[in-house]
Amino acid sequence: MKNLKILAGSVMLAVASSAAVQAGELTIATVNNGHMITMQGLTSHFEAANPGVTVNWVTLEEGTLRQRVTTDIATKGGQFDVMTIGMYEAPMWGAKGWLNELDFDASYDVDDLLPAMRGGLSHDGKLYAAPFYGESSMIMYRKDLLDAAGMSMPDNPTWGHVQDAAAAMTGDGVYGICLRGKPGWGDNMAFLTTMANSFGAKWFDEDWRPALDSAAWNHAVTFYVDLLTKYGPPGSSGNSFNEILALINEGKCGMWIDATIAASFVSDPSQSKVANVIAYAQSPVAVTSRGANWLWAWALAVPAGTAQADDAEKFVQWATSKDYINLVGNEIGWGNVPTGTRSSTYDNYNFLAAANFAEAEMKAILSANPSNSTQDPTPYQGVQFAAIPEFQAIGAAVGQQMSAALAGKISVEEALANSQNIADREMKKAGYY
Amino acid sequence: MKFSFAKLLQAPSIILLLLWMIVPLSMTLYFSFMRYNLLYPERTGFDGLLNYNFFLTDPALYDSIVNSLTLVGSIIVISVVFGLSIALLLQNAFRGRGIVRVMLISPFFIMPTVNALLWKNMFMNPVYGLFAFISGIFGWPVIDWMADFPLLSIIIMLSWQWTPFALLIFMTSLQSMDKEQVEAAEIEGAGFWSKFYYLTLPHLSRAIAVVVMIQAIFHLSIFAEIFVTTGGGPGYMSTNTTFLIFSQALLQFDVGVASAGGVFAIVVANIIAFFLIKTVAKGMAK
Repeated sequence: MKNLKILAGSVMLAVASSAAVQAGELTIATVNNGHMITMQGLTSHFEAANPGVTVNWVTLEEGTLRQRVTTDIATKGGQFDVMTIGMYEAPMWGAKGWLNELDFDASYDVDDLLPAMRGGLSHDGKLYAAPFYGESSMIMYRKDLLDAAGMSMPDNPTWGHVQDAAAAMTGDGVYGICLRGKPGWGDNMAFLTTMANSFGAKWFDEDWRPALDSAAWNHAVTFYVDLLTKYGPPGSSGNSFNEILALINEGKCGMWIDATIAASFVSDPSQSKVANVIAYAQSPVAVTSRGANWLWAWALAVPAGTAQADDAEKFVQWATSKDYINLVGNEIGWGNVPTGTRSSTYDNYNFLAAANFAEAEMKAILSANPSNSTQDPTPYQGVQFAAIPEFQAIGAAVGQQMSAALAGKISVEEALANSQNIADREMKKAGYY
Repeated sequence: MKFSFAKLLQAPSIILLLLWMIVPLSMTLYFSFMRYNLLYPERTGFDGLLNYNFFLTDPALYDSIVNSLTLVGSIIVISVVFGLSIALLLQNAFRGRGIVRVMLISPFFIMPTVNALLWKNMFMNPVYGLFAFISGIFGWPVIDWMADFPLLSIIIMLSWQWTPFALLIFMTSLQSMDKEQVEAAEIEGAGFWSKFYYLTLPHLSRAIAVVVMIQAIFHLSIFAEIFVTTGGGPGYMSTNTTFLIFSQALLQFDVGVASAGGVFAIVVANIIAFFLIKTVAKGMAK
């Protein structure tokens, strides 16, 4: 009898605790980077300002987040009220009608959002996701080594100049330039796409046919393989952000072209041995500066059909507002505010004092335009990716080929021919032509 | 089939197991013939064999099968040989044997991704890894493991993690060996190798069979280590069938092609299982 009572009690408890979402509870799916962890710590401010609403965080790593969120929204699972998505998903899902259009009141000052961010997260002029954090790419270089070699770095160097600088800085345990090589559509392909853009290449032509067999791609990838083979560290074909960060912080890299947020780590004396001798410049160009530096944002969006659309939109408004940035600055520190979203952040002298890379970062973000990122006209949106669902698989497979070319396993021609074949197969299967 | 009360009581669990097996299998088979991409939910319909055609004409298919088989075979051989050797070494008691045993078994409990990153960044990195440091001391050329030997690197990582599993099974199995038989053999003048070949190995045949079967099942679906270190390797050098299904289908939420790949993987696994069971059943019947 006693066992039966315990059993009944625990069954009731299980039923009660697994009851449907209580009214006023928002479930938010987010990525596990530093800015988001900070936001979770400050949730009490939102809950205090909005009595009756509580926040339930689901924090995941980027790949898992993308998978869970996409599966949920495509099958109308309704698990999440607010989703963290990137600049890749936002225009696609907005076009499909899977996201609620965000319509904030005047106090939000939507015109304060950097135009590139706002444009990259909209479709047909309607904003579908509010940017929480934004970045572009730029050059971070060792000013001391360049000075010692008697050279300088103009603000918009050419790739030829970058090669000369890498040659001058290589030696004595220092590798002139470190670049990403690990296969992945957001890894080596993010960088390679911007490099190819600057050489005049594009992913797809106006009929959606892949253009990977063009002379421009050949030129860009040959230059990349040459540069890293001569002046890059061994093991480049497996290096991603974290590996190169470790190298440059130990003083082993002369130059690094990567996300603007990297500047906050390399200039931090508590983790970098070369914090005081790093200077910044815009990404190099070859024949055009269009698409030479990438654009990425993590943004908050509200899936269509969520039961608590109003509360969800209130949360998105709070988390991406000027007040939130001030909150982080005052409570945590101005070096930790999420950057790259609003012009007002770059006018704030507290932030500028804490971040010596702010000016270069803003310049990079302002110069990137996802709707106009190639020399020739193209049908896709996105600077370092094409905002179509097929791109993830194509980018991943092409990334593997590029990594093989860098490792010297196959020639650049063969890598590009394989890539063209892969892209062609995927686009045909998806029914583009 | 004789009707009996016992069979009636067994029925619920058997039915449950049957459902557990048949529902996912039939859904996978069903979806493999349908055109279904999660991101284009409006474009569905019977597709015939197009999904299979797409998956089987992938230029990476042959390499992925060879890599899968190489991975499974190499890791099993290495872990069984080393596991057996270490188990034999630990057979006789010595001071501190308990602690040594725990330490030797612990690599098995490390998370696969942590294991992979540990090897990639701390040992195999050609700039700041331990192997590069040792090569530097002796003046040997530095090896870029991930670029030049991607599959070998993954085999090393996984062998290090799975040898403790084989070791554990062999250690426990050796403890149940009949000591009187061994003593009798020693009195007769049997040397180490004779004892090993005629007494130890037959006694361990079942344990070896268990280890081989379990490891074969797990190693056919190796994914985490490849994803985290080489991303499929330069080209397709470290892509196995599991990773191929992921990068071709799951990455873009193409349920149809992923199901077709899954069915293919089931067929390959069953072929391997058939040969394994034949050889193992022979050994066990001895």
